[in-house]
Amino acid sequence: MPLEIIKFSSDEKYKKKVMEISGQNFHKCYQCGTCSGSCPMAEHLTILPRRVMALLQLGVKEELDKSNTPWTCASCHTCMVRCPRGIDIAKVMEALRLIRLRQNINQIEPSNLTKKEIVGLPQIAMVSGFRKLTS
Amino acid sequence: MKISYYPGCTLKTKAKNLERSALACFDVLGIDYEELPRWNCCGAVYSLADDDLLHIIAPVRDLIRVKERGHDTVMTLCSMCYNTLARANELMKNDEKKRYTINTFMDEEPDYAGEVKVVHFLDYLRDVIGWDKLREQIKVPLNDLKVAPYYGCTLLRPREVALDHPDNPTIMQTFLETLGTTVVNFPSATVCCGSYQVLGNPDAALKVSHGILNDAVKHGAEALALACPLCDYNLGFRQDAILNNFPDAREIPVYYFTQLLAVALGTDPAVSHFELNRAGSVQLLKSKKFISGTAS
Repeated sequence: MPLEIIKFSSDEKYKKKVMEISGQNFHKCYQCGTCSGSCPMAEHLTILPRRVMALLQLGVKEELDKSNTPWTCASCHTCMVRCPRGIDIAKVMEALRLIRLRQNINQIEPSNLTKKEIVGLPQIAMVSGFRKLTS
Repeated sequence: MKISYYPGCTLKTKAKNLERSALACFDVLGIDYEELPRWNCCGAVYSLADDDLLHIIAPVRDLIRVKERGHDTVMTLCSMCYNTLARANELMKNDEKKRYTINTFMDEEPDYAGEVKVVHFLDYLRDVIGWDKLREQIKVPLNDLKVAPYYGCTLLRPREVALDHPDNPTIMQTFLETLGTTVVNFPSATVCCGSYQVLGNPDAALKVSHGILNDAVKHGAEALALACPLCDYNLGFRQDAILNNFPDAREIPVYYFTQLLAVALGTDPAVSHFELNRAGSVQLLKSKKFISGTAS
């Protein structure tokens, strides 16, 4: 299969921002895939965590912006406790969420919850969900 | 010595069965506690951003309240409260720069440097009461009840606040063995139930929860024990949706670990508020003759 060579430039500003918010150096990732293999939400992700790390190393912001991965992550920290390189991947996902949320873009709209949902949901679900998915 | 008890947002209403059963156990076990005055919501999830200290304020305020009461320990029952308070405490203990910023920001509060110990009822049972002492108090051994211990995430991760080994924990098994149950180990014991994704991706959360319950059933469990109101919602309350969506799903009672303890300690079943569990939950305990037929 012929390989196509494309012109590509890394978004260094974006990389720096993710590093600053997460406090994590994703360049340490050596692509073993333990995170992806451990993720309980893996089958629902458009990009697996291993690939998120690779895209961050390359600074491909557009691909990451399109991905549902940070919004499907449940912050369960399984990837984090298993990462042999000691990367706190949950913090990287949080940074990807916050870059968007800090532009006032909500992932879910609390006002769209039905009365039935509000009555049924425990407080803990709403507090944590709003914290993670709204600005 | 008296300790502070921190309830958290859900335990006075939707998870009253967790709080009331636990407090009844505190009384039987002689735990001298006081509900923390002026407690506020911990925020449920710990802030994972390096530049966000604002969300650490709420849990730190709670820890300051504990210190003000002159108590050295705060007891939690909810896994997420435990995690959030314990992580905020670690930060205040170990990060000098952030501690300074937070203390300066809250200039109306006394300074705090992680002096209080954050515990969960499970590790309090193991480390302070001890399994042998607990065993002596058991009045109704839950013999032949096949229970799968479900940990979820926040009791075990991250490592700095883990009650036990993050991948190979035994604390809940030992607890359940002490009550006399037959422990059913299953691979999904530490798999996330989907957590707050019940809001963002309810279908994905439902599928993950189904996988956990199915795994427990396949390994021969007749009940699940857990510690978190969000796990209870995803695995207990949403079981109707799971049963409707997955043909291979089987109903399985889900209990808070404190409810099983309260029954084993011989307390009045009314304190466990089984009406907030699935209907089959109380039936199973009645059929095993752990509680009398009149309890709701």
